[in-house]
Amino acid sequence: MKPLLEVESLHVSYSARTGEVCPALAGVNFSLNPGEILGVLGESGSGKSTLASSLLRLLPANGKVEKGSVHFEGKNLLEASAHDLRKIRGGRVGLIFQEPTSSLHPTLQVGRQVSDVLAAHENLDRLALQQKTSNLLASVFPADADRISRSYPHELSGGQRQRVLIAQATACSPSLIIADEPTASLDPTTQQEIVQLFRALRQNLGLAMILITHNPALLAGLADRILVLYAGRVAEIGPTSRVLSSPQHPYTAALLRCLPSHLADDGAPRKPRLNIIPGDAPDLSLQGTGCRFEPRCTERMEVCILNEPAPVVSGELHEVSCFKFAG
Amino acid sequence: MQPLLKVENLGKQYPARKSARAIDNFAALDAVSFSIAPQTTLALVGESGSGKSTLALCIACLETPTSGKIFFEGIDVTALDQNRQLLLRPQIQLVFQDPASSLNPRWTALDIVSEPFLVQRRFSKPDRAVRALQLLDRVALPRKLAGRPVGELSGGQKQRLAIARALALEPKLIILDEALSALDCSVQAQIANLLVELQSSLGLTYLFITHDLAMAAHLADHVAVIQRGRIVESGPARKILSSPTHDATRSLLAATPRLFESPREPVSF
Repeated sequence: MKPLLEVESLHVSYSARTGEVCPALAGVNFSLNPGEILGVLGESGSGKSTLASSLLRLLPANGKVEKGSVHFEGKNLLEASAHDLRKIRGGRVGLIFQEPTSSLHPTLQVGRQVSDVLAAHENLDRLALQQKTSNLLASVFPADADRISRSYPHELSGGQRQRVLIAQATACSPSLIIADEPTASLDPTTQQEIVQLFRALRQNLGLAMILITHNPALLAGLADRILVLYAGRVAEIGPTSRVLSSPQHPYTAALLRCLPSHLADDGAPRKPRLNIIPGDAPDLSLQGTGCRFEPRCTERMEVCILNEPAPVVSGELHEVSCFKFAG
Repeated sequence: MQPLLKVENLGKQYPARKSARAIDNFAALDAVSFSIAPQTTLALVGESGSGKSTLALCIACLETPTSGKIFFEGIDVTALDQNRQLLLRPQIQLVFQDPASSLNPRWTALDIVSEPFLVQRRFSKPDRAVRALQLLDRVALPRKLAGRPVGELSGGQKQRLAIARALALEPKLIILDEALSALDCSVQAQIANLLVELQSSLGLTYLFITHDLAMAAHLADHVAVIQRGRIVESGPARKILSSPTHDATRSLLAATPRLFESPREPVSF
């Protein structure tokens, strides 16, 4: 099967006002098959939002792709013309960024906002536009889609706004959706509803997804594979169940150990302290040698200080960048 | 032992326009009752819109309840006049979910923690500076960040600062309204540990409002579950969260994502 998306050796940097160049992504490689859901797991400063923006060349003015390629449906997006990119963004690739509240126009009814996406990409007459908008909203709001269509964003709950964004993102039957923290700030019940919606979309429309989040539990029931991002580098990539149950990279293992333990009442006395990862997220503006996780790693070795580990196969479809596994 | 906080039959109604002619009342809180023992943590859990934040605002005297009473150290806060309520305010502090919008990004870290001293007109200028730095130490914020604008701090650093600000007036009760929810997992663990340590060293009482049940199970002694403005279940944290009796609790638990079970499997405890 030919991959839908192939990202090779992606390097992205930002320039500060002082002229200093700060690397945000360094050598990111991964591919995505049609209908596959890839979870990108990363915390603040990992480069996850940069990854989302750079795939479709939506970086801010001071951001730059230094090298690499992003092949989507056989075409290198980094070399595509502005005209082609406009057709792809919102058309072949749907985007759902953080903060549904600021992604929606506050003074337009949401139905209008969904039909605007259709109008931008497809040549439909007024009646067809209305019909298609209606169908789209009905697909994400099984009950009262009409009432929602006439509502303004401030009249909707967080979960409802998120559904509107999903309707916009799927409007033109894309083959890929990139979602950056789509369920942050939603309560668990609403989160579950959005997760079910994503599953249904994958099933009914054969949609592939890149789902970016800092919450490993969110990916557990949804992603096929997980890519763990740390300091702009891929620490580990593998099947979801393997990455979560036997994480190979010390960062992934440390991150999963930080989570409060399962809710079962096993009679154990309440632990007063959660496990933590010592230190802080790395400052990407500081150029360094060696593995970026080394300062905080409990398993660090001499070799980690001076050299950056390359990805090594550590299991079926499982790769990890760590000297523990090299040679 | 007298509870530090006792809420009795608290109600809060907001007028809501039902139609062009009729105004109905929307009950954000309805006959809410619970109490918190000193130096313990009560987790208040519920979905969005269940009334959690309204309750926080009423307890912090930032909203006036329409009915019921709030007792703080045995004093009926709801019966106090404005001036007396103001005297009580320092004892009850709030930490909000989004430090980016609850802290002025242009102020320095030092300005933020000193502000409560200025508002309450406490201490001389040199004293304020010393105490402000001590507060930063308390929350393990490096002193070198003291002069930095808040906008340059990370999410975890901002939240530590928000906690330092809450500690400035030596409160007895801190209301944490989704204070960890916006943070990365590893940072949540650090801040949770900080809260536990502060509770023990300063004798603090916490009202921990959250929809993260795993964190509630870890931090709280007791849990109260709120649904549509009513408390539907309450009791010892581990007991309620492992053997819930109310549907609202069960559905929150079922919706909580877990690392190793598919959410579609029935939850077994």
